[in-house]
Amino acid sequence: MTLAAYTITDTYFLVVAALLFTIGAVGVLTRKNVLVMFMCVELMLNAVNLTFVAFAHALDDVAGQVIVFFTLVVAAAEVAVGLAIIVAIFRRRRHATADDLDALKG
Amino acid sequence: MIAVTVPIETPSVDLWAIAPILALVGGGVGVVLVKALMRRHRAVTPVAFALSLVSLVVAGFLLWHQWDLVRGDGPFSSMAGMVRLDPFAVFIGIVVGIATAMALLLSYSYLRREQLEAPEYFALMLLSASGMLMMAVANDLVAVFVALEVLSIPLYVLAAFDRRRLTSQEAGLKYFILGAFSSAIFLYGIAMVYGGTGTTSLTGIADFLARNTLYEQATLLAGIGLLLVGLGFKVAAVPFHMWTPDVYQGAPTPVTAFMATATKAAGFAALLRIVLVAFPQYHDDWQPVVWVLAALSMLVGSIAAIAQHDVKRILAYSSIAHAGYILMAVYADTSRGREAALLYLFIYTFMAVGAFAVITVLSHHGDADHTLDGYRGLALRRPVLGGLLIFFVLAQAGIPLTGGFIGKLEIFASVAQAKDYVLLVIGVLAAVIATFFYLRIVMTLVSAPDDGAEAVGDAAPSRRRVDGWVGIVIGASAVMVLLVGVAPGTFIHFARDAVFFL
Repeated sequence: MTLAAYTITDTYFLVVAALLFTIGAVGVLTRKNVLVMFMCVELMLNAVNLTFVAFAHALDDVAGQVIVFFTLVVAAAEVAVGLAIIVAIFRRRRHATADDLDALKG
Repeated sequence: MIAVTVPIETPSVDLWAIAPILALVGGGVGVVLVKALMRRHRAVTPVAFALSLVSLVVAGFLLWHQWDLVRGDGPFSSMAGMVRLDPFAVFIGIVVGIATAMALLLSYSYLRREQLEAPEYFALMLLSASGMLMMAVANDLVAVFVALEVLSIPLYVLAAFDRRRLTSQEAGLKYFILGAFSSAIFLYGIAMVYGGTGTTSLTGIADFLARNTLYEQATLLAGIGLLLVGLGFKVAAVPFHMWTPDVYQGAPTPVTAFMATATKAAGFAALLRIVLVAFPQYHDDWQPVVWVLAALSMLVGSIAAIAQHDVKRILAYSSIAHAGYILMAVYADTSRGREAALLYLFIYTFMAVGAFAVITVLSHHGDADHTLDGYRGLALRRPVLGGLLIFFVLAQAGIPLTGGFIGKLEIFASVAQAKDYVLLVIGVLAAVIATFFYLRIVMTLVSAPDDGAEAVGDAAPSRRRVDGWVGIVIGASAVMVLLVGVAPGTFIHFARDAVFFL
């Protein structure tokens, strides 16, 4: 058996992307620190980017790669706004964990 | 070697199709420029407010013209199929425009009262509205995604706009985390659909699925599921509603009014277009999901509201229940159902903005305390405002002679026509349960207050005077809710025309 038998196909990329997406989603739902939750969202978005590129390669279609640029721009805009909100909260109180945000509950 | 120049084909760009969006973006950018040029000038906020109103009026005028155009010449696509202008898009645009205009009018005196005057507020609201209009015309999943973000990102800031109130910032942060989370899920859904069909254009997907049978369904089905989850978050359908009560309670009340109505209209526009245009062949797969979402939203929204003590929270749960009714109409998947969904979105805009407008006027300075106890006996002390709040609340409950009744009737009729009697019974049951908490608000408003307790609406008279703009909003909402209730014919025709080409 030679090494050439182990070609890396598009499926590998899709599986890695699915794993990254799951890690990100679980992170958002379980972690307490707002910054970590925020990074997990970014992880999810980048997992989707990987999925788009893998599909674009599999379908031999450039559209999927173009979509990645849209995602990057949107993610950058989201970072700017999200960090601003987090900083605004940090200014008022020392910690920014989800458990501290308990002023609103039913 | 001969250099060959290959002409690059550029898609036709018809700016007319996106003219209202451009008007709102122009207004938003103009407001920011006004702020930059006038700096600390005393008149900066009034000028910014006037400019935003002008851009909204221009957008409304353009929408009105588009309506005539698409009614006459039929729908058309532009920008390489990214944009599709049809009566449905214009109808949603009109609903969003009305909601934005009313929220803006509410905001002006509110911002002054809370000492939050900042022109950026108006810019954010206009830009968010431009995203909603984009969502209505988007005919490509990528365009839907960009529109979703353009409408969401300013809303995160607006929810957190009250810098001095921690609950507002908390609302902004919660909305942001869950909004970004749902956008990522939605985007993964787009990726899956792209992987399954090789295109992101809604009509392209429909064409592909009509001509081919997929060898492997899992990718596409996962994509449809993820898209529904992402949109479920945006329209606040159970089980993706956790953020709604917190965000609605914490956000400044005019922003809550805007979020509850305009965002819902835009979210349902995208949902209807995606399931109806792109996936008619997968009808049997998405319909049960929408069934469950509708049933859960109606029941959970109505039951959870009973346990609440905060008026804004109660209205948040009631908006979840309203989302359930509209999902019911989406589920019916007939032209009657689509028409009922649009009509309900139209009516709900006036019922919800009206109720939130009265609450905006009555709230304490600080906009923090909205407990039911504070509202006790309000209708006795402020008969006009209290009476109007009762009217809006009863309209949401669906009492005859109000628009809410006509809306529910149309939706129930469409589901009956689709012969799903189980969902119909659940819907009626939820409406009965909901009546309980609506009547609880009414009873609180008319019962005698406890002595000594400081109540909402009691503070200095100068602060309690109803501002002219707010008066217009409350009056117009009341008239519209009543008008749709007693003379629904015109509005039903309006909604019917809107779904004609869908």
